[in-house]
Amino acid sequence: MRTFILPFILCASLAQAPVASAAELKPFTDSSRLVSIGGSLTEIVFALGEGERLVGRDQTATYPEAATALPDVGYARQLAPEGVLSLSPTALLVLEGSGPPEALEVLSQAGVEFQTVPESYSAEGVIEKITSVGQALDVAEKAQAYADEIQAQFDALKDASAAIETRKRVLFVLSVEGGKIQASGTGTAADGIIALAGAQNAIVEYSGYKALTEEAIIQAAPDAILMMDRGGDHAASDAELLAHPAIGLTPIAETKAIYRLDGAYLLNFGPRTSAAAAEVSGLLYGTTAQAQ
Amino acid sequence: MTFASETSRPAEAGDRSHLGRSAVAVLGVVLLLAMVLSLTTGASGASAWTILKGWLGMAQASELDAIRDHAVIYNIRLPRMIMGTLVGAALAVSGLLMQGLFRNPLADPGLVGVSAGASLGAVGIIVLGTTILAPLTALLGIYSLQLASFFGGLVTTFILYSVATRSGQTAIATMLLAGIAIAALAGAVTGVMVYVATDAQLRDLTFWGLGSLAGANWIKVAASGPIIIVALAVSGFLAKGLNAMTLGEATAAHLGVPVQRFKLLTIITVAAATGASVAVSGGIGFVGIVVPHLLRLIIGPDHRYLLPASALLGGAFLLLADAISRLVVAPAEIPIGIVTAVFGGPFFLWILLRRRSAFVW
Repeated sequence: MRTFILPFILCASLAQAPVASAAELKPFTDSSRLVSIGGSLTEIVFALGEGERLVGRDQTATYPEAATALPDVGYARQLAPEGVLSLSPTALLVLEGSGPPEALEVLSQAGVEFQTVPESYSAEGVIEKITSVGQALDVAEKAQAYADEIQAQFDALKDASAAIETRKRVLFVLSVEGGKIQASGTGTAADGIIALAGAQNAIVEYSGYKALTEEAIIQAAPDAILMMDRGGDHAASDAELLAHPAIGLTPIAETKAIYRLDGAYLLNFGPRTSAAAAEVSGLLYGTTAQAQ
Repeated sequence: MTFASETSRPAEAGDRSHLGRSAVAVLGVVLLLAMVLSLTTGASGASAWTILKGWLGMAQASELDAIRDHAVIYNIRLPRMIMGTLVGAALAVSGLLMQGLFRNPLADPGLVGVSAGASLGAVGIIVLGTTILAPLTALLGIYSLQLASFFGGLVTTFILYSVATRSGQTAIATMLLAGIAIAALAGAVTGVMVYVATDAQLRDLTFWGLGSLAGANWIKVAASGPIIIVALAVSGFLAKGLNAMTLGEATAAHLGVPVQRFKLLTIITVAAATGASVAVSGGIGFVGIVVPHLLRLIIGPDHRYLLPASALLGGAFLLLADAISRLVVAPAEIPIGIVTAVFGGPFFLWILLRRRSAFVW
């Protein structure tokens, strides 16, 4: 009975709105009442000092503190048009992948201008988001200055990373349910942050997050595990992970290198990404974080 | 002719048909009220008064508000109301048809694999629609998802039918068991499709799994509406046959029902209604089981009244559930399947307990 539903997920993304490159984003006619969909975009709006324009956010916007005080319009890929409209927004800034497209279309018919900011899990992606938001909010110069600042942090990170001799192999674990490990392959935010931290993803055989067999974990021989911090008793789950039959046969059994960071901080690819990557790098290589 | 009530309980027949007619009239009013409620409530301020003023040309809001309220009423609430009514009616009637056909009060399109087949058709179009099936989606346009769901349900049904039919006789028990096997198989193939889908799509899975009317728009109404309306209209002609079927296939045949053709038509109707609903709203549970059950308790087993009453109550129930899903956590929404399950689950258990103590089945 339940499996028959799976398809419908997929149609949500069947006809995704075309994504403009940063250069194509133009200033909103009126961005005085802005709703931003995508935690990284909300962070950028606040970082640019334009937070007072925001009247709503989606549930991924958990930083900064002020963002959490805004009305939450729900899950970014299942927006309810009327809920968004109830905030009387004049403009809607959405991260690529938000939707569904029908909801965005209805919103635009209702007189809410929307623009889509491209998503990419790289330093360039972060810079592009910042300049895009700057253009859409008509604060391009301020955004450029801020982007330069962030770019400098990424440059420092890159320099430090170039000096690393042996790149550590990192396994990003999304979840451990009943001993089954869901890990990140390529093309994910986790893969992006591992690269920025000057390490290499231990799993490059597939893209996305999928369940790993025990033998693949042994084969991948990761030096460290990176995870999202979900709160709770970390020590116990570290013990649980180390007791996993496959992980027990990898270098992690000796190094006990299991690191947890806040999910949004680690994976949002926004203003804090250079800091997050530097922190991961510091954890992996024992040096102090390079970019602040 | 009311086969079931007149043959088994002749003394009650008059009362029951009177009750049936009253129930249909009352439910018609209930549905109208639910439609008005659906159209006049929501997270945004647009109210019944605004609509009325708009119709009378008295609206004096700022230009932006006028555009916004117009969009809220005509592009969001109206298609959503129509889709909710049609999907609710389709789900309730599909449940009733299946229960009548299989003479099993627990039968449901999910049980015999029709829903699984419908979703497999949809998932095929969605995952492969931009690659190997691209010419097909280009050809069918906005109807591709609905038609794929319908054909998925239909193909499943025909496989079922050929497995379960020997020399013109359909063994209901074989059909139910084959339905379970086919549902499992369709579920597995759907699972493979989901496996090749992207992470973002997978994250939406949970939301779609719980169903929603949030994506309602005129295109979806245009794509699923005609299919559902035709299926509902056809079901109206099935009432007498379903009454006869409650006495068993042999008796129904003696009463002049062309049993094989009748079963086929019923199944196609269920496939169409289920496919079109599943394609636009995802999985919304419990409507197909709870609504016909409740009505059977109140107005008895006569399908001539049960069919229209189920359609009306199904629509009203889904509109009310949708109103709750839109208002509870506004400006966000909770998936409607959660609401129908929260109300339908306990209610269904209560029916089961009540029936068990009465030894009705």
